[in-house]
Amino acid sequence: MLLTSAKKLRSMGIIGMNQRNFGLISRYNPRHLYPLVDDKLKTKLLAQKAGITVPTLLGTVEFQHDVKLLGEILQPHEQFVIKPAKGSGGKGILVIVKHDEHRHYFKPSGETLQLVDIKRHVSNIISGLHSLGGKTDTVMIESLIQLDPVFADYSYEGIPDIRIIVFRGYPIMAMLRLTTHASDGKANLHQGAVGVGIDIGTGSALHAVQFGKTVLHHPDTQKTFSELVIPHWDKLLQLAAACYEMTGLGYLGADLVLDRDKGPMIIELNARPGLSIQVANFAGLAPRVALVESFESIDATPGQRVLFSKTHFATGSNTLSPRQERTRESDD
Amino acid sequence: MNAKLRLYILVILLMGLGIGLILYKHYVLGFPLLPDHKKSVWTVEAKVDFTARGDPVIVSFALPPQTPDIIFTQEEFASPDYGFSELPSTAGRRAQWSKRTASGPQTAYYRLSMYEADHNVASQQASDLPPEPEKPEFDELHKTAATTLLEQVRNKSANTEILVRELIVTLNSNTPNQNQNLLLKEQATEDYKTQLIIDLLALEGISARIVRGLYLQNNRRRQSLSNFVEVYIGNEWLLFNQTTGKTGKPKNFLVWQRGDESLLDVVGGKDSQISFSIIKNVHSTRNLAVKDNLSKQATLMDFSIYSLPIEQQNAFKVILLLPIGALIVVIMRLLIGIRTSGTFMPILIALALIQTTLISGIIIFLLVVSTGLLIRSYLSRLNLLFVARISAVIIVVIIIMAGISIVSNKFGIDQAMTVTFFPMIILSWTIERMSVLWEEDGPREVLIQGGGSLLTAIIAYLFMTNRTIEYLTFNFPELMLVNLALILVLGQYTGYRLSELYRFHSLERRNVTHQR
Repeated sequence: MLLTSAKKLRSMGIIGMNQRNFGLISRYNPRHLYPLVDDKLKTKLLAQKAGITVPTLLGTVEFQHDVKLLGEILQPHEQFVIKPAKGSGGKGILVIVKHDEHRHYFKPSGETLQLVDIKRHVSNIISGLHSLGGKTDTVMIESLIQLDPVFADYSYEGIPDIRIIVFRGYPIMAMLRLTTHASDGKANLHQGAVGVGIDIGTGSALHAVQFGKTVLHHPDTQKTFSELVIPHWDKLLQLAAACYEMTGLGYLGADLVLDRDKGPMIIELNARPGLSIQVANFAGLAPRVALVESFESIDATPGQRVLFSKTHFATGSNTLSPRQERTRESDD
Repeated sequence: MNAKLRLYILVILLMGLGIGLILYKHYVLGFPLLPDHKKSVWTVEAKVDFTARGDPVIVSFALPPQTPDIIFTQEEFASPDYGFSELPSTAGRRAQWSKRTASGPQTAYYRLSMYEADHNVASQQASDLPPEPEKPEFDELHKTAATTLLEQVRNKSANTEILVRELIVTLNSNTPNQNQNLLLKEQATEDYKTQLIIDLLALEGISARIVRGLYLQNNRRRQSLSNFVEVYIGNEWLLFNQTTGKTGKPKNFLVWQRGDESLLDVVGGKDSQISFSIIKNVHSTRNLAVKDNLSKQATLMDFSIYSLPIEQQNAFKVILLLPIGALIVVIMRLLIGIRTSGTFMPILIALALIQTTLISGIIIFLLVVSTGLLIRSYLSRLNLLFVARISAVIIVVIIIMAGISIVSNKFGIDQAMTVTFFPMIILSWTIERMSVLWEEDGPREVLIQGGGSLLTAIIAYLFMTNRTIEYLTFNFPELMLVNLALILVLGQYTGYRLSELYRFHSLERRNVTHQR
């Protein structure tokens, strides 16, 4: 069967795009808060103010005529990431792992770039190639995240990231996104990255999918996912939960990474997180959303909320009655 | 919930208003709901001939009454050098031609174009009670025959209607008995027969009157009016065919005159004669309705698109199709879940397809976009700023378009010349977006989104070029309100998209294996 029935999906609590847009995004995410997360530079400054760890900002380029200074900005840094502040879906991100004195820059794949190539990329970003709606953009140059050894066998040419859906401050679902050869080192599911559902309670892997199909081991490294457990899991949940206070967005996707040296950090927030996380977790968001929606008021601190989530949204903690499989939106 | 309630009230209001206006236009103003609806328009010409005697001449001629079930589109009166006036009288309208002196053969014309309205008007209510019929004067012999006949007929009938029919049938029977022969005489004229029926009914105390009318048949000349009898039964006048006894107005029959006033009076002339000729024309009902209502100055029409100059009307024809395209896009995106590049780009492509026709339009579109993509990929290596690059793409697109036009002209392929109907900016944007998509998400995504856009555009095109839809959107702009209401409802749809049933189908399989 290529199609499943809507009834089955509903019984599993799968949330569709329309329900996400209508019942979650437009209901819990006030429009005026979007710029906080759509502009990564703003998010970074906000996070720094809130004491949340983020990758170090090495420099920014805001105007076209500053592009010629790029060589000097990049000179002191061996490794760096260039990304558009308003890009979405990992678009326009350029990772340089090393460069030599002849101004040759190397991508993780080994491909060599000239400074002029990087300048063109930067100038494209500024003129709005990757930004939403083609608006002029700012270029951010960040320190490169160092791959945590725990992921060494689970990643190919890139840094895996952890997407946590935070609903009204409660982390309700999580997924690890592993880069593959097919995804060209990017952690984007639709480009071929592997999505691994993560147990909110323990941080251990549940299921893994690539291109919507179940996989049991990483397609490039062949390492099985069964023994994968994400370290610093509590800290990661705490960081994600704190983003609610930071941004005020009721339904957001926090993208976190584990840095070998600096530990967990937030790299990006998303006001319109996608729905593939349900496939990776083999579970629907609706029951969890419904449970949190049933609260009159939410717990005050991220710590309390994480505790709640860990007990209620862990796999096997069957605290949800089937009655609660509908969100508030579908009740009225 | 409050917002939801308000929305549904709004939706119901919009729906009600839209549908109400459509029904009003259909039933009251007579707009047909289908474009091919045709109506026969009859043109009847009455020709009055007479020979003048050199004295003052007055010709008075009965005109057909204007009733709601018949719409007159044109009335003309012609006769050289005659003064003309139209006189209303209690028995109906009359035309009057007059001249101080005239001699020799004279002719006057009256021409009428009319068609029957769709809506059936309830049979004519008598405005006031007709006077008790005067008892006719028969001599003793005829009176006996009449009484006998009436008695015989009365015995066979339960009510007045049957009695009248029975009377007519008996009078016309092939095997007349003595009484009938006596009453009808030999070779009775139609007029005599009518009068006889009226008289016999008067004996029974039933009011009846003569009705003259014209059978409408195409290409008939030298026709004359046929006599009918109208009988007052139960508060209304019923028409009876005086030969067959059938009730009701026959199809394609124009009532010309009611009552026994003369059809034609000529003072100062002799040998007067009247003949009718009839021609049928077929017209689109919609055009007739527009013309009729514009001339009647119906308020709804006065403030409608029809009051605009033709050029603007044509522009609106296209603009009014856009909501249909928008509805298609909403359905495709929200219900089906097809990804398109740019929300409303498919509509713009569909508009271009309307101008170019489908197949050649698609070929041209694919040709321009793929050539553009090739050149765009070269431009991306030139290290250009964004605005400059998109401008360059625009120029390239124009060059490609010019190239296609010229080359196809040389080869004699006329269809390809329509390339100019594609909006250049749209093509350029498409190329730019597709090329960025290609670089970032790979050719697969380009195919998905490009294909989705094209598919949506084709479906929108098919709907927008459907004759019925085109007709309805233009003639019933109120449909937009219904469309708006539909889109508002669809905006509330939070169920799964069709594509999501595929997207999440693997979940179901895993679910099954888990349960085992």
